Amino acid sequence: VPRSRTEADTTKKTPVASDDATGPRKGRAPTGKLSLRLRFRRDRVLLLMTLPAVLLVLLFNYVPILGNIVAFQEYDPYISDNGIVSIMNSPWVGLENFERIFQDSAFWNSVRNTLVLFLLQLVLYFPVPILLALLINSVVRPRVRAISQAILYLPHFFSWVLVIAVFQQLFGGAGLLSQLLRDHGYDGLSLMTDPDTFKFLVTAQSVWKDAGWGIIVFLAALASVSPDLYEAAAMDGANRWRRMWHVTLPALRPVIALLLVLRVGDALTVGFEQILLQRDAVGPGAAEVLDTFVWWNGVRNQDFGYAAAAGLVKGVISLGLVLIANKVAHLMGEQGVYKK
Amino acid sequence: VTAVREATAVVDGPTRRPSRWAAPPRPVWEEKPSRAGIAGKGLVLLLACLAILFPLWIVVVTSLSSRKAIDEAGGLVMIPTDITFVAYQELLSGGQVTRAALVSIGITLVGTLFSMAVSVLCAYGLSRSGSLGHRWILMALLATMFFSAGLIPTYLLVQSLGLMDSYLALILPSAISVFNILVLRGFFMGISQELVDSARIDGAGDLRILWQIVLPLSRAVVAVITLFYAVGYWSAWFNASLYLNDQDMLPLQNVMIQLVQKQEAPVGLGQAIKTGELSGLAVQMAVMVMALLPVAVLSPFVQRHFKKGMLTGAVKG
Repeated sequence: VPRSRTEADTTKKTPVASDDATGPRKGRAPTGKLSLRLRFRRDRVLLLMTLPAVLLVLLFNYVPILGNIVAFQEYDPYISDNGIVSIMNSPWVGLENFERIFQDSAFWNSVRNTLVLFLLQLVLYFPVPILLALLINSVVRPRVRAISQAILYLPHFFSWVLVIAVFQQLFGGAGLLSQLLRDHGYDGLSLMTDPDTFKFLVTAQSVWKDAGWGIIVFLAALASVSPDLYEAAAMDGANRWRRMWHVTLPALRPVIALLLVLRVGDALTVGFEQILLQRDAVGPGAAEVLDTFVWWNGVRNQDFGYAAAAGLVKGVISLGLVLIANKVAHLMGEQGVYKK
Repeated sequence: VTAVREATAVVDGPTRRPSRWAAPPRPVWEEKPSRAGIAGKGLVLLLACLAILFPLWIVVVTSLSSRKAIDEAGGLVMIPTDITFVAYQELLSGGQVTRAALVSIGITLVGTLFSMAVSVLCAYGLSRSGSLGHRWILMALLATMFFSAGLIPTYLLVQSLGLMDSYLALILPSAISVFNILVLRGFFMGISQELVDSARIDGAGDLRILWQIVLPLSRAVVAVITLFYAVGYWSAWFNASLYLNDQDMLPLQNVMIQLVQKQEAPVGLGQAIKTGELSGLAVQMAVMVMALLPVAVLSPFVQRHFKKGMLTGAVKG
């Protein structure tokens, strides 16, 4: 495929020497002197390639933002099968939905459940991958390492439906634990429907599913530590534990800090699918979180304006948290999700 | 490290390569580990692995057990005694579960292909630094990682687009993950520019460069991202519960919710379970095995590349 004349010309015009001196080492020729039209002609294939993704993101990530206006309406889903027609014909109610939310004890209950779950996961889930990574990293036999990694990663690829089904077979009313208890003359128990233990159960499910997967990031950080550091520490008389304290843990610190900050930024999202699947069995008192509150009011009760208002409150607070978390990451000298 | 190991393997020749079960030689400065230490570590690791494998073992064994074996065990079976494939035969001989499995396979294949095509094209389109507008597009994609439009507006949009009761509703809204695009892009950017330039001088266009140079050099990361997308489609159930009203259209995960969580009998098999020819428990377990088998078989093959898929996502202008 011969290149078009314009492109060939522009390439020719660019002095070879300046390519190394001023332009980026990789990528296109320096663009400073090219007009927009020429750059468009040169890059139109690249732009065309990004088009499908850009359209999908516009349609399913940006356009629905506008749909949040139903939070200011008493939206009536029965006007039409088409959401847009319904929006146009639904009455506006100002901030009424938001006032209702803040007086709704069910909403505050979901806020409390969300925050308790977030804290529980922070304390009981977050350290597990770090400890597992330290353990795996200290295993020196390559095959043992590879096999245990394969096993630990596996549940990450299971669906939540499957994970909860597995837990139900173990801890449910007809599950293995109840079966063993009954065999030995005790009463069976059903942890899967017990509101008191539900939050611990949810945390245990998260650990079982994702803690193994979480070690990858830490293993990579550990692998990047120069062996010279360990040798130097050993020469200075540091034993196994002191080497871990003074070499290994400092190497992990940036990753731990970053993940912690990101987790805090995402504090209001605590396993929507996982909890929704168990909400009805446990009851909303213990199992309702913010996301399921939106689902229940919108999808089940068809109170779309109210649900959208709750979703909007959550979305705005979450956005604020993410931005603050990234700011903190930058202040600590980490990269965060985006670069400064 | 891998490169070094491979290099040594070449020098030593394959016959003298040390067993991968053996520990590599210890540096002179490192103290000998105590037996108790090794045993303790091994035990913890073993327990962690058993915590994952033991439940799966029970599920698989029970799914393969006869009614008699399940009754004798009083429920879940730990030690296989009376092996039978009758639960699978019943589930796979047409009917609700067979159809749901086919739906899931179809959506996973079509969806993954679509997601990969869109993502790879976009990642390449954004990977040539200095190209027109790539910064803006990148920012627009990145911004979506900070907010979500919310469940209700998304639902209303899908409804307005006329996608209710259509399989497109299970593919389009979640077709691309910005994270995956960034990982692919990070990898594409690492490919030697000299290689790309020489192809361009030989007259190759961008599509040809992507197809004949960039993609063959990116097999590892493409495999990982393909797995991520495929697992996403295979595991999805929420959109189906939201957008599909027709029970006959539901994919496997949603049918599994009905069978296992709500303890319903599969359509058409209720009679066989009641009369005792078939164990309801074995049927539940067989559905679970069907859901876990594809990922359990495929993911270990891609395992050694996971690190690449997780870590090349750093965004460069």
